[in-house]
Amino acid sequence: MLLINNLHVSIDDKVILKGIDLKVNAGEVHAIMGPNGSGKSTLAQVLAGRDGYTVTDGQVRLDDEDLLELSPEERAHKGVFLAFQYPVEIPGVSNIYLLKSALNAIRKAQGLEEFDAMDLLGMVREKLKLTGMNEDFLYRSVNAGFSGGEKKRNEILQMAVLEPRLAILDETDSGLDIDALKIVANGVNSLRSPERAFVLVTHYQRLLDYIEPDYVHVLADGRIAKSGDKTLAHELERSGYGWLEQRGAQAGAPGNP
Amino acid sequence: MNSVAIKQNFRREDAVAHYLAAFKRQRASLPGSGIPWMQRLRDQAAASFAEQGFPTPRHEEWKYSDTKTLQKQRFELLTGGASAAARKHTDAHRFEGLKSHRLVFVDGRFSADLSYLDELPARAVVIPLSQALPSHVDTVQSHLGHYADMDTNPFVAVNTMLMSDGLFVHLPPGMMVEAPIHVLYLSTADGGTSQLRNLVVAERGAEATIIEHYAGPAGNAYWTNTVTEIDLNENAGIEHYKLEEESDMAFHIATMDVHQRRDSRFTSHNAALGGRFVRNDINTRLNGENAQCALNGLYVIKGRQHVDNHTRIEHVTPRTVSRELYKGVLDGWSRGVFNGKVIVHKYAQLSDSEQANHNLLLSPNAEADPKPQLEIFADDVKCAHGVTVGQLDADALYYLRSRGITKPEARSLLTFAFANDVITRMRLEPLRAHLENIIRMRLPIEAAELT
Repeated sequence: MLLINNLHVSIDDKVILKGIDLKVNAGEVHAIMGPNGSGKSTLAQVLAGRDGYTVTDGQVRLDDEDLLELSPEERAHKGVFLAFQYPVEIPGVSNIYLLKSALNAIRKAQGLEEFDAMDLLGMVREKLKLTGMNEDFLYRSVNAGFSGGEKKRNEILQMAVLEPRLAILDETDSGLDIDALKIVANGVNSLRSPERAFVLVTHYQRLLDYIEPDYVHVLADGRIAKSGDKTLAHELERSGYGWLEQRGAQAGAPGNP
Repeated sequence: MNSVAIKQNFRREDAVAHYLAAFKRQRASLPGSGIPWMQRLRDQAAASFAEQGFPTPRHEEWKYSDTKTLQKQRFELLTGGASAAARKHTDAHRFEGLKSHRLVFVDGRFSADLSYLDELPARAVVIPLSQALPSHVDTVQSHLGHYADMDTNPFVAVNTMLMSDGLFVHLPPGMMVEAPIHVLYLSTADGGTSQLRNLVVAERGAEATIIEHYAGPAGNAYWTNTVTEIDLNENAGIEHYKLEEESDMAFHIATMDVHQRRDSRFTSHNAALGGRFVRNDINTRLNGENAQCALNGLYVIKGRQHVDNHTRIEHVTPRTVSRELYKGVLDGWSRGVFNGKVIVHKYAQLSDSEQANHNLLLSPNAEADPKPQLEIFADDVKCAHGVTVGQLDADALYYLRSRGITKPEARSLLTFAFANDVITRMRLEPLRAHLENIIRMRLPIEAAELT
């Protein structure tokens, strides 16, 4: 589904990603771990199409298409979803209005019939249960005045409603207490399916106690320093990221088994 | 003579002479001409206008708004009545779902045909000013010209000299008029001027909702000059809407002076959408303990539109409260001026004032000139003010786009959300819906043109 090949990315002439290779198939869950500043969030943002990043080399393909050629909204229309590390507050736009506009924009682009308000509300109510949110949330402005946990749960709600094929979660676990973490994990697990892939970007191993990844990759200094299965995450928990400092550059990227 | 020479020959005194001559011609036929004090008031106004002339940008209050283009036009004071075309236009300016009392003025003259006042409570007086001048002459005399100052604002002077008609409301003590009073001021004549004068007197505990609604067909150049005076007695409440939807070529100058006594409540919703050159002056005097006012404003402009909102809130007595929020959405080469003065007098202790003006620039060529002015002479007061001029939030745009919403749609959505903050403060749902529709219709196209 997603194929990243030798991806090099700079921000303002500062090189952040120095040759990423990654292959994600439908139905898989990949965890990307790594210390602060390793380029994890840059990778997530480049996949979603944020301005300000320069791809200096490499390709990213989503199925048969060049993902990097698409605008952020076109990527969403193709089924890409990014759960933001810092969800944006939008005063004056209600959650339900955002969900309706987004879902119908995607359906329209896909040549599907748009949802009417009643059908949408029925569907959204079901998804609300999944994230443990009250219906009042729908009528509040997007993320405005939300707590950190509420913002992250709102990302999961959007993901559940938009049903992406490729969901990228950028540090969705950071700053969450254990209950909120379980809700987020539960949301992801319930959406796992043979047609859908997940890329979980995280600093800590604890999210992976609740979402079992198929593959774990360790990002260091703009490269994938090591890849493995879920046992790699446990190894990281024991030894931390310190070992990367020594091995770092020469470790290379073994790629997926 | 070439066109450059014509420009050089423009003289402000000629424009003044044009309107003084119009007054001289029509002095005997204007409303109240048989009433000596009224005639004196008009004559005094003429003298005051002759002395002041039209304002120049050197005038501090007119620094950003040059009235030269208005002066060059020499608009004619009309004497005709409503045409058949007016009926069609009037129907187009109803608010869907709003049950209201209704007065229609066409080119500055009252049209009984197009108005509907049958369901007013018996003791509420809601009539055109031209009728009130004979029938309620004492009330008119004790209020008209008492609040709006013709000696410092030349447009009030012109208006006092030439006023042809307008709304007169007198609410006896305790009277509550449930349905809003919708006043439509329609300009149909290209090259004409309407000099409108409104007077609202609410006695103790009386309440009403008034909608001043200004409109004219696109492409017509005309000048609306309107003055509204409102006196709120103890515990009276007026909710005032002003909806300016003038033609894209129109000049619109409006002055509103409000006098508030103890425990009175005044709310103003001021929406400027149309017009080529628009100036609003809204002044309120909180002259009684616990008097409260809320001034909300929204200007959504494009092209070469110029909108200048000047507000002045005077806290005269202790424990008075003012809240003010003005928001502007500026596209094209438009210019939005906000000058908000809050004056807290020496004895107005424990007064509480909040003022904010936020401007959203949709185009690199649009300009916002916000100017908050606080003059505080009391020492125990709460005053806050804030001003912003900015563009759409890039992070919010990206966030919406990452959810599949297209760039023009995302721009529209954020712009609408910005404006809606003011609209949601309006109590009347049909007016909210009307404004939302207008703004929605404007947005996608406008937004798509950008970057």
